[in-house]
Amino acid sequence: MTKGTVKGVIANMVTLGVDGPVAQGEICYIETGGDRLMAEVIKVVGSDVYVQVFESTRGLKVGATADFTGHMLEVKLAPGMLSKNFDGLQNDLDKMEGVFLKRGQYTNPLDEDRIWDFEPLAKVGDEVQASDWLGKVVENSQPLKIMVPFQMEGKATVKQIAAAGQYKITDTIAVLVKENGEELKVDMVQHWPVKFAMTNYKQKPRPFKLLETGVRTIDTFNPIVEGGTGFIPGPFGTGKTVLQHAISKQAEADIVIIAACGERANEVVEIFTEFPELIDPHTGRKLMERTIIIANTSNMPVAAREASVYTAMTMAEYYRSMGLRVLLMADSTSRWAQALREMSNRMEELPGPDAFPMDLGALISNFYGRAGYVYLNNGEVGSITFIGTVSPAGGNLKEPVTENTKKVARCFYALEQDRADKKRYPAVNPIDSYSKYLEYPEFAEYIAGKINDKWIPKVLALKTRMQRGKEISEQINILGDDGVPVDYHETFWKSEVIDYVILQQDAFDEIDAVTSLERQEEILNLVTEICEIDFKFDNFLEVVDYFKKMINLCKQMNYSEYKSDQYNQYVSEIKAMIEPHKAA
Amino acid sequence: MAKAFQKVYTKISQITKATCSLKATGVGYDELATINGKLAQVVKIAGDDITLQVFEGTGGIPTNAEVVFLGKSPSLKVSDQLAGRFFNAYGQPIDGGPEIEGKEVEIGGPSVNPVRRKQPSELIATGIAGIDLNNTLVSGQKIPFFADPDQPFNEVMAMVALRAKADKIILGGMGMTNDDYYFFRNTFSNAGALDRIISFMNTTEDPAVERLLVPDMALAAAEYFAVEKHEKVLVLLTDMTSYADSLSIVSNRMDQIPSKDSMPGSLYSDLAKIYEKAVQFPDSAGGGSITIIAVTTLSGGDITHAVPDNTGYITEGQLYLRRDSDIGKVIVDPFRSLSRLKQLVAGKKTRKDHSQVMNAAIRLYSDAANAKTKLENGFDLTDYDNRCLDFAKDYADKLLAIDVDLNTEEMLDVTWSLFRKYFSIEEVNIKKEFTDIYWK
Repeated sequence: MTKGTVKGVIANMVTLGVDGPVAQGEICYIETGGDRLMAEVIKVVGSDVYVQVFESTRGLKVGATADFTGHMLEVKLAPGMLSKNFDGLQNDLDKMEGVFLKRGQYTNPLDEDRIWDFEPLAKVGDEVQASDWLGKVVENSQPLKIMVPFQMEGKATVKQIAAAGQYKITDTIAVLVKENGEELKVDMVQHWPVKFAMTNYKQKPRPFKLLETGVRTIDTFNPIVEGGTGFIPGPFGTGKTVLQHAISKQAEADIVIIAACGERANEVVEIFTEFPELIDPHTGRKLMERTIIIANTSNMPVAAREASVYTAMTMAEYYRSMGLRVLLMADSTSRWAQALREMSNRMEELPGPDAFPMDLGALISNFYGRAGYVYLNNGEVGSITFIGTVSPAGGNLKEPVTENTKKVARCFYALEQDRADKKRYPAVNPIDSYSKYLEYPEFAEYIAGKINDKWIPKVLALKTRMQRGKEISEQINILGDDGVPVDYHETFWKSEVIDYVILQQDAFDEIDAVTSLERQEEILNLVTEICEIDFKFDNFLEVVDYFKKMINLCKQMNYSEYKSDQYNQYVSEIKAMIEPHKAA
Repeated sequence: MAKAFQKVYTKISQITKATCSLKATGVGYDELATINGKLAQVVKIAGDDITLQVFEGTGGIPTNAEVVFLGKSPSLKVSDQLAGRFFNAYGQPIDGGPEIEGKEVEIGGPSVNPVRRKQPSELIATGIAGIDLNNTLVSGQKIPFFADPDQPFNEVMAMVALRAKADKIILGGMGMTNDDYYFFRNTFSNAGALDRIISFMNTTEDPAVERLLVPDMALAAAEYFAVEKHEKVLVLLTDMTSYADSLSIVSNRMDQIPSKDSMPGSLYSDLAKIYEKAVQFPDSAGGGSITIIAVTTLSGGDITHAVPDNTGYITEGQLYLRRDSDIGKVIVDPFRSLSRLKQLVAGKKTRKDHSQVMNAAIRLYSDAANAKTKLENGFDLTDYDNRCLDFAKDYADKLLAIDVDLNTEEMLDVTWSLFRKYFSIEEVNIKKEFTDIYWK
């Protein structure tokens, strides 16, 4: 293998002289004071190779040696990764010794001693290609597939397959004969370079299946779908993290991967602490059982931050190849972009807008492009739903990361400072936010089948009411309460009902935090009914009075357990308030 | 200063305002050196060309100055002797006392493994309702005051520090005026708390680049007491905007391309490295904690500037002070202030109605703000508007003002009494479970 020698150091960018060939993106280890520092090639100029080091370069001297590995940044994929906490380079954080992260400490992401109950799916004589399913093991009640190595080219024939029984991940479970007659021993471990997308599927159609999140402002107002993409931009303090956590707790997915990319360590700790206690509302099992955390918090080395989102995406692709529904959350993609900026700056590249690298837009769109709903080669389906947060500088959405993300993500959940200041949580702006999936005929057809064909028209009608309500509230601010007709107040307060009863949701209340689709339908119908009544109030004080009482009752209803006596009681009180007006 | 076995270089090839370059070998990145006795640090190595950043500036350095490499990065000697002492940015005593003896640790050390942290859950009571009621602080949290330079943030910070019952209070001063430095010294001294204080001070009279060392010095000391002595440590950093200004000076002189507001592109990571030192250790690691309360001064209240903006994304909330013209007192602004960790203690370590009462009060206070706008625009006010305005005045005076000193139970009771005084039960809009108990 090629060897290198350190020639220069600026922060985590190191220049190496090399004695042989190196590849762009190749990984090397630099030896310093007994530590081995992992680094990645980012530029080659003549015999000078520029690498970004994933660790602190403190004390590194000219003349230190480097060993190249011949491969790019890779992850190891096998059963046994669920419920684990990795860093951005896929080190198992729980295996690391000591309270502090020690430089140059790398741990095996997999447990090679763990025994699995293997069950073959393929037979001797079967013709297979890369990613085809050979067998099955079960981890945390999740059926995982053992697949033909992703990198294998062409077809092969199964010569031997292990019988059902107990195996370790490193045991050979199949022998394949390739077209050229070469034999290939297969174990349960796969390798994949994180920067390349896995395209081991037959087709990637437009996604159409609603992904339930239990968050009303998403499911009812701007739904996301299995295999869809969305992003949540918002100034600090508007509840990005709370919303992300709510989605990852409640979404109807088989696997949830959370990439904490350059964010607060305590937010990751919150997941470590709470998820093992919380129950998945869809399966009744512990949330942690389906969750993987990739933690590269803001104080961990910057270069590994960039790697962390790719590591997470590659893991998601691994599970999608097994026909699972994966939800990938990245908080925050802005920190990833900033890591790119820091490195581009050190390499003295000509900067693009806001000093970000020129290819930022291409990198973002390629990354979002790796999500999707796919038909696998064997006809099964799998999906990666990707939701990223964006932390726009100064809360200004006209900045490169937000703008480039908006071009590729299909759902936009704009968190708004003004709503957050008024404690209207989740602070998703109902007018600026959108879900492109509402316009997909495939989605409309699916919803008509799953719920009913009135659902989408009702949602669109409420959206229009929100818009109208906002216009009127601006007019009232200019003209005064008496300066507008009474029915203007009525229209405005109807939009407040939509806001308070559907959009606002208490993420910290056990009941209100998650709303089933059935319950969301009932709320939608109730609010629609209220909005369609022509109340004919005499003056605006009456309007305000009536709707405040109504909102209060509806909120109490939201806080009550679905279909409990208390719930039914509030519903009948609400109906009683509506009834006289319906008659009139 | 040079010892016998150390190599002395005497040929400096380049001098800028903040850096010197020379040819040398065997030098490590981040290593310290002295140039005619002035401390400097290696910031760039290109073959045998070494660039040094000189902390106190390069004025007076001749091209034949004696350069000695010290073979270590900036460090601090830590031991119990630190308690009650005052140091400069290099960790040298400025109180006339003896040098510290102890273990030498590199400052700016590695981060805590996230899986070895514990979720913060211990309430820090300050007696100030604007904080305890609306923005409860938790030990292991990091939170700044966002304040204009004329606001009394140092006073509030000193008060919080003294009431917080910390085992150690570590003050890191960056670009602090001499007057403010003495204010802290006197306040802590009068409170009889001097033996709990450790101070690292860079005043406006000291060179600006030196202050880059202050947070790391303060946090190295904090880590000693939290990790080795299992203590509850409170670190006060004021003012982080001065710190960031120094970062921009250095990056500018290193010819780096500036990003927003002339700040270096790495500002987020630079600030995060400091703030993320805030931590709660689990009992298995001794149960110590580091809580950071910082100050970020704003220019004319502009929070979109790169320094407050990046800070806001890193810290667990922020506190704003504001002069309330209705009551003529400084209050903790309930709209823009936020403690992200409050839900870890509100209703759990405090009374169950805490969150709902807090949110209802802020919503009504916001209705009052709307009513005020209406009034200013010359519109008639409704009865509800008038009640909101009266409530707001009482609420600001009895709860939000920084001179309030109550326990959380009292704060909740006061808020309920104001609700009853001005509003009907529907207008308050709180879960029935709580109105059944407290609406009487």
